[in-house]
Amino acid sequence: MSTSLAIETKDLGRIYKLRGSKKETRKELVALQDVNLTVERGELFGLLGPNGAGKTTLIKVLTTLLSPTSGWARVAGADVHAEPDLVRPRINMVSGGESSGYGLLTVRENLWMFSQFYGVPSKEANERIEALLEMVGMKDRIHTKSSDLSTGLRQKMNIVRGFLTDPEVLFLDEPTLGLDVGASRDVRKFIIEWLKADKERTLLLTTHYMVEADELCDRVAIINKGRVLACDTPSALKHRLQKDVLFEIQVSPLNGLNQQMLVDQPEVTKAAITETETGAKLSLGLVEESALARVINLFTQRDVKVMNLNKREPTLEDVFVDLVGRSMAEEESNERS
Amino acid sequence: MAAWLGWVIESNWTDPFLFAVYSIVKPISGAAILVVMYGIVTQGNFDSALFPYIYLGNAFYIYVGAVMTGVSWAVVDDREHYKTLKYMYIAPIYIPLYLLGRGVARFITGSIAVFITLAAGILFLNVKINFAEVDWLLFFVTLILGVVMLALLGLLLAGITLTVARHEGFIGEATAGALYIFSGAVFPLDVLPEWIRPVGYFMPTTYWLELLRRSLVGNVAQAFPTLANFSNLEILGILLGLSLFFGAVSIWVFKVCDARARELGLIDRTTNY
Ligand SMILES: Nc1ncnc2c1ncn2[C@@H]1O[C@H](COP(=O)(O)OP(=O)(O)O)[C@@H](O)[C@H]1O
Ligand SMILES: [Mg+2]
Repeated sequence: MSTSLAIETKDLGRIYKLRGSKKETRKELVALQDVNLTVERGELFGLLGPNGAGKTTLIKVLTTLLSPTSGWARVAGADVHAEPDLVRPRINMVSGGESSGYGLLTVRENLWMFSQFYGVPSKEANERIEALLEMVGMKDRIHTKSSDLSTGLRQKMNIVRGFLTDPEVLFLDEPTLGLDVGASRDVRKFIIEWLKADKERTLLLTTHYMVEADELCDRVAIINKGRVLACDTPSALKHRLQKDVLFEIQVSPLNGLNQQMLVDQPEVTKAAITETETGAKLSLGLVEESALARVINLFTQRDVKVMNLNKREPTLEDVFVDLVGRSMAEEESNERS
Repeated sequence: MAAWLGWVIESNWTDPFLFAVYSIVKPISGAAILVVMYGIVTQGNFDSALFPYIYLGNAFYIYVGAVMTGVSWAVVDDREHYKTLKYMYIAPIYIPLYLLGRGVARFITGSIAVFITLAAGILFLNVKINFAEVDWLLFFVTLILGVVMLALLGLLLAGITLTVARHEGFIGEATAGALYIFSGAVFPLDVLPEWIRPVGYFMPTTYWLELLRRSLVGNVAQAFPTLANFSNLEILGILLGLSLFFGAVSIWVFKVCDARARELGLIDRTTNY
């Protein structure tokens, strides 16, 4: 078994048994299915997918919190299910969008306590705490009780907790969820600096922000309904679509025009519709630019007016649409209904 | 160290005053209620040997609520309240040791309540303890052994708490309540119907309370027939044996529950309570 890999999964699956109120209503929910991933040491690896895709479930399995129901996974060279004691000293994890911590302890005490669980010498722990807090711009809060912190700062403290123990493999589950624009930028910058400082450090993050995955990650796995649909560098993923010409069109209400009608056009390779206040926003992939005329024609027949039209470079969102046939937002609202 | 961390966490209430009230005033007022009830039922016969029996049993029983229930509550607290349990879990520590550390911290707060309760009993309520006759060695050996035993029982409950979906806070309280009845805390086991007494004989808490009472007020305790045939050393032996037995069971149960919690994904589950 190769130990040079930071993360390796083989046919990994996780099924949740849902408890209905009656026996007959018991159902199974497939949260992960046949996940095969390898992450090299030193990589910044992204899991991109809509809410409910299975990202958190995968992180829980990889961090020894949850047993897989099929397949296996190795992290830092050890099996997460059979050898959690070998995995745990080498990893750490942060979940975004939640505020954890002991409220009456100060920021420093909270962080110091966790560092002790990892056996970081006390003096070194304190130095690291100061340096890390400095880096995320909250050194002035070191003696604040964590209950007195804003949600955003508490989340930053939690992120520092993850980095503090200098893990070989760090898992960040939606690290910028719920943070404002400035704080998100701080965190992203920090992530990159931390990785740069040591070539052996590996970081896996999940996100449902396309830009975040694109901007940060060396490689991205696109995940939906528990399956990994594609896994490559962001540019390679986008490159797959390069043959298409992409248009973003803002239109007045659709008057019955639907996604199927658009896709039925031979020149339309894909179409995603997002309803807006004034009408709809269409994302279209066309085989060639001249095909645009026929799409506009379709609008005219239904009295749909074009308000804005943009030709643009493909994004990871387009990759998702290409793989799934719908946008992430559509996939999420579909999930809920 | 673990105890200090546990202590800071334990006292980590939004309001330290509330914390003091909860951990000290509550057990003392419990004792006061008991005294009043005793007074009414026996028409003020505080000279009976039954009174110190009840009073001491009740006072030391505070440790059960503090240590045993406390250890199992730590799971609920960390999981639901502070949302730190999963981070503890993925850390390279042996979780049972951490939980036992929390128990040690509860032992310290519990001791304050026990001390105050005893002092109040001696000063105001005519609980007679002849300090010259106290067997201090027996007392402290029993006390420490008992606290370890309670912390291990707490670990057992913590394991169960980990795997239970709802009413998890209830488990510790309910067990403490049941032990109160079956351990001869406030009445001798002989009062119970015969068929149910074996439950009490199987509980280490029964022997623990008996020994504490004997070490403090030797002859009073002997006035009750339940364990009169056993010498102090024999009871200590039984207590040690049962503690070892329950300790082993607890560690095993915790291990099983721990694996089950990982299977079901319960380690970071939160209810909306
Ligand atoms: N403890 C659980 N019990 C049952 N179903 C769960 C549990 N946790 C997550 N799920 C379900 O599994 C799927 C994947 O969830 P999750 O891994 O949280 O997705 P993501 O993090 O990508 O949003 C969702 O449909 C979710 O409802
Ligand atoms: Mg998630």
